[in-house]
Amino acid sequence: MSAVIEVRSLTRRFGDLIAVDHVQFEVSEGEVFGFLGPNGAGKTTTVRMLTGVLDPTEGTATIRGHDIRKESLGAREHLGIVPEQANVYLDLSVWRNVMLMAELHGVARARRVKEAERLLGLLGLGERKKQKARALSKGLRQRLMLCSALVSGPEILFLDEPTSGLDVQSARLIRQIVRDLNRDGLTVFLTTHNMAEAEEICDRVAIIHKGHIAAIDTPDQLRQILAANQYVEVTFEGRGPQDAELLGLPDMQRVARLGERLLLYTPHPGRTAVALAGLADRDGLQVRDLSTRKPSLEDVFLFLTQRDGQEATP
Amino acid sequence: MSEMAQTWRREARGALVIARKNALLYYLKPPVLIFGVLFPVFFFLAFKMGRPIAAENIVPGMVAMALWFTASAIGPLVTPWERRARTYERLISSPVSLRAILAGDVVSGLVFGACLSVIPIVLGLTLTDAQVTSALLLVGGIVLGALSFASLGVLLAAPPASSPSNIMLLSNLVRLPFLFVSGIFLPIAQMPPWARWVSPISPLSYAGDLIRVGFGQRAYFPVWLSLLMLAAFTAALFWGACRFHARWRAKGL
Repeated sequence: MSAVIEVRSLTRRFGDLIAVDHVQFEVSEGEVFGFLGPNGAGKTTTVRMLTGVLDPTEGTATIRGHDIRKESLGAREHLGIVPEQANVYLDLSVWRNVMLMAELHGVARARRVKEAERLLGLLGLGERKKQKARALSKGLRQRLMLCSALVSGPEILFLDEPTSGLDVQSARLIRQIVRDLNRDGLTVFLTTHNMAEAEEICDRVAIIHKGHIAAIDTPDQLRQILAANQYVEVTFEGRGPQDAELLGLPDMQRVARLGERLLLYTPHPGRTAVALAGLADRDGLQVRDLSTRKPSLEDVFLFLTQRDGQEATP
Repeated sequence: MSEMAQTWRREARGALVIARKNALLYYLKPPVLIFGVLFPVFFFLAFKMGRPIAAENIVPGMVAMALWFTASAIGPLVTPWERRARTYERLISSPVSLRAILAGDVVSGLVFGACLSVIPIVLGLTLTDAQVTSALLLVGGIVLGALSFASLGVLLAAPPASSPSNIMLLSNLVRLPFLFVSGIFLPIAQMPPWARWVSPISPLSYAGDLIRVGFGQRAYFPVWLSLLMLAAFTAALFWGACRFHARWRAKGL
């Protein structure tokens, strides 16, 4: 697939502070690309440069082939943007908010009216279109932002913490709509702190730390960074087997005990679990609970973002 | 259509969308009404009360003063307000240039000023013996004056401020001194020499002069010079506004 966003040595300095330091990555057409990082890592600065709010100090990026420094307007024509803070015009009606963004994108009248009607209905705002945005809850304002971002029919949607602090219904609705739109070909650039959300909907994830890209890959591949931290968790009724017996199981690396729970670290948790079941059967042990555990994206994130500052989590 | 024509069309469309948004959102905001409407009324009352001046003689000054305060009131409100509400980011990340956004702010100042200047004109024509002898120059003075005043307002809104009131304060620091050297309360010819030297640097001097001619009174500057200077002020102030706004925007402020 062709790259719709190409970031090349993008750098931003604020005085002596280098907020984003020669960052490089590509986002392919039709991809949901997650951009993760702790507070102050540089992700918002990167997004602000890509969306034209801030100028890069060095480097550049292209959006659909338009250089953000030389053809900024051309680049922005392809974007829909939902910032973290729902900055709707509070004193404009829901309808006027959507129309304003459509008009700024030059969407023809008939099309913008039709699209706005459709999107407001889809996002559950159809009956509130005459209400002032001030009267909407945080979740509804965020839905209005999404509606305003989509009314121009963008090819790339920037979502900055789109579900942060939202009620469950709004968060679920937004995630569902993003997934549906992506299925229809929309490229999504998602900035989030929510690892479960990133894991659930992102095709690839970049982790930015201290202005540098620390890792970039699919969530599954990123988890491989911590492959040694996979384990089988087991609890026995009564006394379980001795450590020496457990270490004799195939692929076993080490055993840890957490109260009643035994953690059996292994690069192949499935194989070890089968062997453990065999051992329990042979020795007449009763297994109360057995599960395999893989490191989550959150584990990888913490490992990558804490390893040079403090002891890594795993 | 050529690429340049398309660009201009897109810029004009963007500016009109912004101007309409400003009209819907800001024309009735309290700071605009206080600094744009109440200020000139109180200045007029302070100037007129107890002084033996024929009312028709102060109508042109009243119109010019109302125009000065109203047209320049929109710019200093819109940008700081939108920066604080973070709606400014929505505008600058849309496919509309900063120049078009600022042109929209100027247009909204122009329309606000021109519309509200009708009030003192109607009051002057109905309550005093004032007469319009050259509608063309009166309208020309109002339109060109409003354009330059609105551009000044947009320029004054460029510095980043934590609160819109800081920018309103700055704008009043600039607007009030100009009011006293522009021949509004006293004809320029009767002002002290130092004020006569300073008055040509104020766009209000030229707009007031054209409005005065429109009401059949004597001008201090030649009409052609006033027209030219107002056009030049508009161009220079708008250019400065674009430059300073771009500088702060690039810094993310």
